[in-house]
Amino acid sequence: MIFRISRSCFSSISVKLPPFKVHHLELDQLPQTATTTSAELLAYYKSMQLQRRMEIACDNLYKQRLIRGFLHLADGQESIYEGLHAGLTFDDCVITAYRDHCIALLRGDTPHQIIAEMMAKQTGSTKGKGGSMHYYKKATNFYGGHGIVGAQIPLGTGLAFAQKYLKKPNVTLIMFGDGAANQGQLYEAANMAQLWHLPAIYFIENNLFGMGTSIDRASANTKFYTRGDVIPGIQIDGNNVFQVRETLKFAKKHCLEKGPIFIEAMTYRYHGHSMSDPGVTYRTREEVQQQRKTRDCINYVKNIILENKVADEHQLEEIDNTAQNEIDIAVEQAKVDPVPPSTELATDVYVDNQNHFIRGILYKDSILPKSQ
Amino acid sequence: MQLLRKVYRFGSTKHRFASDIKSTNRQKMNLFQAINNALDIELGANPKALLFGEDVKFGGVFRCSQGLNEKYGTDRVFNTPLCEQGIGAFGIGLASVGYTAIAEIQFGDYIFPAFDQIVNEAAKFRYRSGDQFNCGSLTIRSTWGAVGHGALYHSQSPEAYFAHTPGLKVVVPRDPIQAKGLLLASIRDKNPVIFFEPKALYRNAEDEVPLDDYELELSKAEVVQQGKHITLIGYGTQIRVLKEAAKLAEKDGVSCEIIDLQTIYPYDGQTLVDSVKKTGRCIISHEAPQTCGMGAELSAYIQERCFLHLEAPIKRVTGYDTPFPLVHEPIYLPDKFKIYEAIKQSVNY
Repeated sequence: MIFRISRSCFSSISVKLPPFKVHHLELDQLPQTATTTSAELLAYYKSMQLQRRMEIACDNLYKQRLIRGFLHLADGQESIYEGLHAGLTFDDCVITAYRDHCIALLRGDTPHQIIAEMMAKQTGSTKGKGGSMHYYKKATNFYGGHGIVGAQIPLGTGLAFAQKYLKKPNVTLIMFGDGAANQGQLYEAANMAQLWHLPAIYFIENNLFGMGTSIDRASANTKFYTRGDVIPGIQIDGNNVFQVRETLKFAKKHCLEKGPIFIEAMTYRYHGHSMSDPGVTYRTREEVQQQRKTRDCINYVKNIILENKVADEHQLEEIDNTAQNEIDIAVEQAKVDPVPPSTELATDVYVDNQNHFIRGILYKDSILPKSQ
Repeated sequence: MQLLRKVYRFGSTKHRFASDIKSTNRQKMNLFQAINNALDIELGANPKALLFGEDVKFGGVFRCSQGLNEKYGTDRVFNTPLCEQGIGAFGIGLASVGYTAIAEIQFGDYIFPAFDQIVNEAAKFRYRSGDQFNCGSLTIRSTWGAVGHGALYHSQSPEAYFAHTPGLKVVVPRDPIQAKGLLLASIRDKNPVIFFEPKALYRNAEDEVPLDDYELELSKAEVVQQGKHITLIGYGTQIRVLKEAAKLAEKDGVSCEIIDLQTIYPYDGQTLVDSVKKTGRCIISHEAPQTCGMGAELSAYIQERCFLHLEAPIKRVTGYDTPFPLVHEPIYLPDKFKIYEAIKQSVNY
């Protein structure tokens, strides 16, 4: 990665952004540089390390069978989540698919809540009823957490419609992957968004593979930022937290003034699609290692920190250890938490939940409905 | 990579029951290998057979299409993008011009984007065109049922939605031998068939599967175990649970007759009625939620024809009316204890 750093006397650091690719937009509308400060750099570094450590911890827990079911890790893509956190506010809605742990973290859940949820404990973010794919947070407008590919896209478009209808100065970030970009529902939703000028950001996390299928074997047009047809689009380097941040700021302004926009963030996931995918049958180990060496999003920030002498290796190591510690404590706590009681099987099905007879594992432990 | 088994192409033989197959030419196979064998036979015997779906080319996420792309080429065994509606509709189109389209939907939980195509286009094609066109050579294979940790979106049993659609056939095998025969019959049946494969049994169920090309009749239920006192009806993975429950009941001197429905729709009502007229009691069990599940349909059908023979109300032991849960799966599932309980209540009525 080539960047030029210049330090101003107010200890703010200027970072040159990688080139953009645009569709139905002018390049000069987009910023060439981003400014940051020492404090901000360290904050990004710490947050991304926390995300990375959390994902690795989940990998370990899965292998120990303490997390079961389906687990989709996002290590390698942390800068996207950090960038969206920096570029948008908690009043902007976010909706995504199942690679959602880091967004949950940035939208206000603690590592303990997140890990507990994956372990299906009642202290988890969604009472232990959702699991790895279903994180939500009403207070920070995080609308989840969805299992069916592409289903969140029209849903997010609805959120954007509501924001416009209620005249809110906010946007909805609708996140999905390169695989989901071939779902028909995306085009139905995007058409509505453009027709009605909705403040919807269609954000494609292009990590080059939809499970094990490379983008060229799944998509006739792999320039995902152009897939919105008449909707403007931008392609960015998703592993550059500053570019993600600045693009989202631009996108927000665009959405509130004009209508929807497509953003394609090029990125890479180190793990396979999920824990049942080793991730090396459709790409080589060398490719994964190469990505780690040359395009890692945390190393990018680390290099800026070291180059600008914001901190030294030793201080960064301390931050790493603090992050690791935080995750370790969360894991230990989650391990001893209880699973949700059996009554939770039949709650939240309806709003005025119908009372069911819930048979316990042993008949004598059954729960009788109130009406009986 | 496993070598594909030798395929016998003496022409298909049709059987009512797997026990009718006299072939000694058998090989130990699990469910995904049996499915693989069936697909291999069809692709070999029928040059117009095509197999497609998500990740089918490299062998499939459950290994069902292992080796088939290498053997038959990418113009016959190929991947589609991630678009279930597209897969379903594409299959209908192919079938309507005479190709044998075998479409794979990776998880039954994902079949819903294709629901409109299946229910409105596939099921009604022959009817609305006055038999000028049809998509009878379409078979949709999908995975089905609980697997221990699948949670909301990898465990569903959607058979009831499709059983409610005249024009379709819905089939669920219980074991590798049945799976191979029923799949070949489904593919060759001249109506669109949805074939649900119990994912929990892909590796766990093993049997000595005949290597021949054989079909098992659709719309025929099989009495898996003879009994005197009560009829237990189920399909797919649930047959194993019924057998366990029957063992528990046997200790109390209750003899259970177990019937595998096999074809969910159109189902073999006669076998069910004959059995219940003999035993006088009936329990229907399935993983899918209770309301409007297959249990509801079969109960209505049986009581209509066996009313005077029934000694107790027909019971349904099924999943609860909730989304398929995460950690509460053991409580949700209709296990052998719940069925045993229902047997006791029925016998003591």
